Amino acid sequence: MPHRTFFAFIAPSLFVMLLFIALPIVSIAYQSLFVEHGQIVTTVENCGPFGCETETRVDAEAMRELREEQPMGQFNWLGTYANPSHLAFAEVAAIWRQSDGLWSALRAMLNLPFYKALFFTIAYTAVVTPLVIALGFLIAVTVNAVPRLLKGPVIFFSLLPMIVTPLIGSLVLFWMIDSRGIIGAALQAVFADPQLSLKASPTLTWVVLFFYGVWHHAPFSFIVFYAGLQTVPEDTLESAIVDGASRWERIRYVVIPYLTPLVTFVALIQLMDNFRVFEPIVGFSAQASATSLSWLVYNDLRSGDSPLFGSAAATSMLTIVGVVILLTPVLIRTWRDFTRKSAR
Amino acid sequence: MKALLTASAVALLAGSAAWADCGIEKGSVRILSNDFASLHIIASEAETCASSTVTVTKNQTTEHKNIQVPALTSNPATYTVAIIANNSVVPLLNDGLIRPLDDYVAKWGQDLQPNQLVKIDGKVMAIAFQINAQAMLYRKDMLAEAGIEPPKTYEEILAAAKVLRERGIIDTPLLGNYKPGWDLATQFIDLYLGLGGDFFEPGTAKVAIDNDKGLAALATMKSVSEYMSPDFVTYDSNGAKPVWESGQAAIKVDSWGSRVSGLVDDVDAQPGVAENSVIAGAPTIGGGTIPAAAIWWDGFTIAKNISDEDAEASFRAMVHGIRPEVAKEHAEVTAWLIKGYEPTPTAAGVFATLKAGAKPYPMVPYMGLLHTALGNELAEFIQGREDAAKALADVTQAYNTAAQEGGFLN
Repeated sequence: MPHRTFFAFIAPSLFVMLLFIALPIVSIAYQSLFVEHGQIVTTVENCGPFGCETETRVDAEAMRELREEQPMGQFNWLGTYANPSHLAFAEVAAIWRQSDGLWSALRAMLNLPFYKALFFTIAYTAVVTPLVIALGFLIAVTVNAVPRLLKGPVIFFSLLPMIVTPLIGSLVLFWMIDSRGIIGAALQAVFADPQLSLKASPTLTWVVLFFYGVWHHAPFSFIVFYAGLQTVPEDTLESAIVDGASRWERIRYVVIPYLTPLVTFVALIQLMDNFRVFEPIVGFSAQASATSLSWLVYNDLRSGDSPLFGSAAATSMLTIVGVVILLTPVLIRTWRDFTRKSAR
Repeated sequence: MKALLTASAVALLAGSAAWADCGIEKGSVRILSNDFASLHIIASEAETCASSTVTVTKNQTTEHKNIQVPALTSNPATYTVAIIANNSVVPLLNDGLIRPLDDYVAKWGQDLQPNQLVKIDGKVMAIAFQINAQAMLYRKDMLAEAGIEPPKTYEEILAAAKVLRERGIIDTPLLGNYKPGWDLATQFIDLYLGLGGDFFEPGTAKVAIDNDKGLAALATMKSVSEYMSPDFVTYDSNGAKPVWESGQAAIKVDSWGSRVSGLVDDVDAQPGVAENSVIAGAPTIGGGTIPAAAIWWDGFTIAKNISDEDAEASFRAMVHGIRPEVAKEHAEVTAWLIKGYEPTPTAAGVFATLKAGAKPYPMVPYMGLLHTALGNELAEFIQGREDAAKALADVTQAYNTAAQEGGFLN
C-alpha cells in the first residue's frame, strides 16, 4: 500500500490517539514533577456550636496569589518518585543496611505502600493472564464441539461474565462470599469452621480476586480463540484424522500451532489490562488485603481535603513504565516476526 | 361572563401558587450534600420553595466530599449550596470557595440561634443545623440474660463481651464500623480523643500520635475486633446495619447519631431486635471522663462563585428548610440544633456524649491528610499482621509524605 494511502487511513485514529492518549500522558508526566505550594497559614478565631477556639487556617487569598504566579506548584524534579510513597529510595537503602537476611529485607520492603501494591499487581497479572488464555482456549474448543442448535445460547452464557460491569460483577460475588452469603456459608459448613471468612484473610482475598479476574476476562479470550478456530484449515484437520491422530493430538499438533499468533494477541491485551487492575479491589472492599497501582492513584485523588495530584501523576507514570517493561518481550517477538515476514 | 370566570380562575391559581412557595422572587438553588435521612428532609423542604421563577435542584451523594471542591471552583459554581460537616468545610475554606453570610443572617436569619452560626475570623461562614456524634447501641435483653449492667467504659464493654461469649449467648457480641479506610481511622480518632490526646504538636502540622495514648487506642481496637465477626474488615456504617438488624451482635460500639434511628426502627429488623435496642452515650476509655467520640456539626454554606441573586435565594431556601417546624415534625431523626427542638430518645445519645465533654473533630487544614493516612496504614494492624508500634510509625511516615506534598510541612 503506498504510504500516502496508509497515512490517510490511519490519520483519524492517529489524531484521536494523540489528543486523548499522548497529550494527557505528556501532561501527567509534567504534573508529576511538581508538588503543591507551601501552604501559607494564619491563626484565626473559629466559633461554632461547641464554643470558640483559636485555630490554624490556610490563608486563601495569599494562596490564590501564589497560584496565579506559579500555577503548576513547586518544582520538585524527581522528588515525588523517590519519596516514601513511591520508589522510596532512602527507605529501601535503610532496610538493606539494617536487615539481616534477604527474606526479612524483602518483607520489610513489601511493607512500603508502592511495593506492596506492585507485588499484588504483578502477582495478579502473572496468575490471571495464563489462566485466562488456557481457560478461554478450553471453552472455545468445547463450544466448537457443541451441536449447532445449542451453540447460540451457549455462546451467550459464556460471554456473560464479561458483559456484566466489573463493579457489579465483583459486588455480586462479594455478597455471595460474605459469611452470611450462599458461598461463604457453604464453605463454613464444608470446612466445619464457623470463623472461616474469605474476606478476613489476605491470602483468601487474593484467591477470590484472582478467581474474579479469570472469570471476568475468560470470555474475551474465548471469543478470540473461537473466531480463530473457525479459520483452521479443514484439509489439514482432515489429513490429521486420516493419519489416525486422536482428538487431543489434533488439537496439540494442528490447532494450537495455528492459533499461536492469537495467543500473542490475547496475552498482549491481558497483560495491559491486568496490570491496571482496579475495579475488583473497590467492589470487594479488599483494600485492607490487596492494593494495586491503579488503586494507589485513585486513593491519592480521593483524599477529599487535598487531592495529591503530583503523587497520583507519579504513580501513573510508574504504571506506564511497568506496562512497557512487561510488554517488551511480546513486542520484540512481534517485531521479529514482522521483519522476518517482510524480509521474505 | 366567560372572561370574568377565566380571569377569576387565573387569579385564584396565581394566588395559590404564591402560597405554595417561600416568597422568593427569583433565583436558582442547587444543593450538594451527603446522603442521609436528615439531609433528605431538609432538601425536600427547600424544594417546596420552587416556583415558576425559582428552580431548586439537589444532588445528595456520599461522594459529595470529593466533588465539592471542583464543583464550586468553576465560575459560575455548579452548586450554590454545599451542605458540609466540620471536616468537609475545611477544603472549601482553604480554597476560598464560600462566601460570608453575615448580611443574609441579618436579613433572613431571625429564627437562627447563636450557636448555629459558625464564625471563622469573625465572619459567619456556615449555618449549623445538627450535631452528630457516635453513640453506643446495646441489646438490653442479651445483657439481662447474662446478668450484666449496661457498660459505660470500653473496659466494661470488653468484659461484657467476654461474659456473653463464655455463656454461649452470642459468639460475636461486638460490632463496629471497622472497615479499613475512613471508618477505621474515625474509630482511632474517637478513642484517641477519649484518651485526651492531641493529634499535632501545638501550632504546627507535625503529627504527634506516636505515643502511649496512640498505643492504648490501638490495643483497645484490637481487643474489640477480636469479639467481632471475622468479616468486620468490610463493615462501614451501611455494612454493619444489616448485621445489627439481623440480631447478630449485642453491643455496637459506634453508631452515628444521624443514622441510629434507622438501626432501632422496626423496618428490616428481625423480631426482637428493635424493641430491645437501647441507645446510650459513647463510652469512656482508660479511666478518663472524656467520651471516646468526636463531635461533629453539619451545616450549610453558600458558594462564592455565583450571582448575588442566587446566593440570597439559596440562603432563604435553606433557612426555610431548617425552620423550627421542620425540627418539630421530624424530631426523632437526628440531634437538631434548631430553635424549639426537644431532644428525643434517639438524639439523647448524642446530647449525652456532648454533655459529658466530648471533643469536637479537629478542623485544622491538615486533619484530612492524617485521617487518610490512618485509614490506609491501620489496615494491617487490625488484621493482626503488624504490631501497634509499627502501625503508628507507618501512619506517621504516610502522613509526613502527604503533608510534604500538600505543602504543610517542608
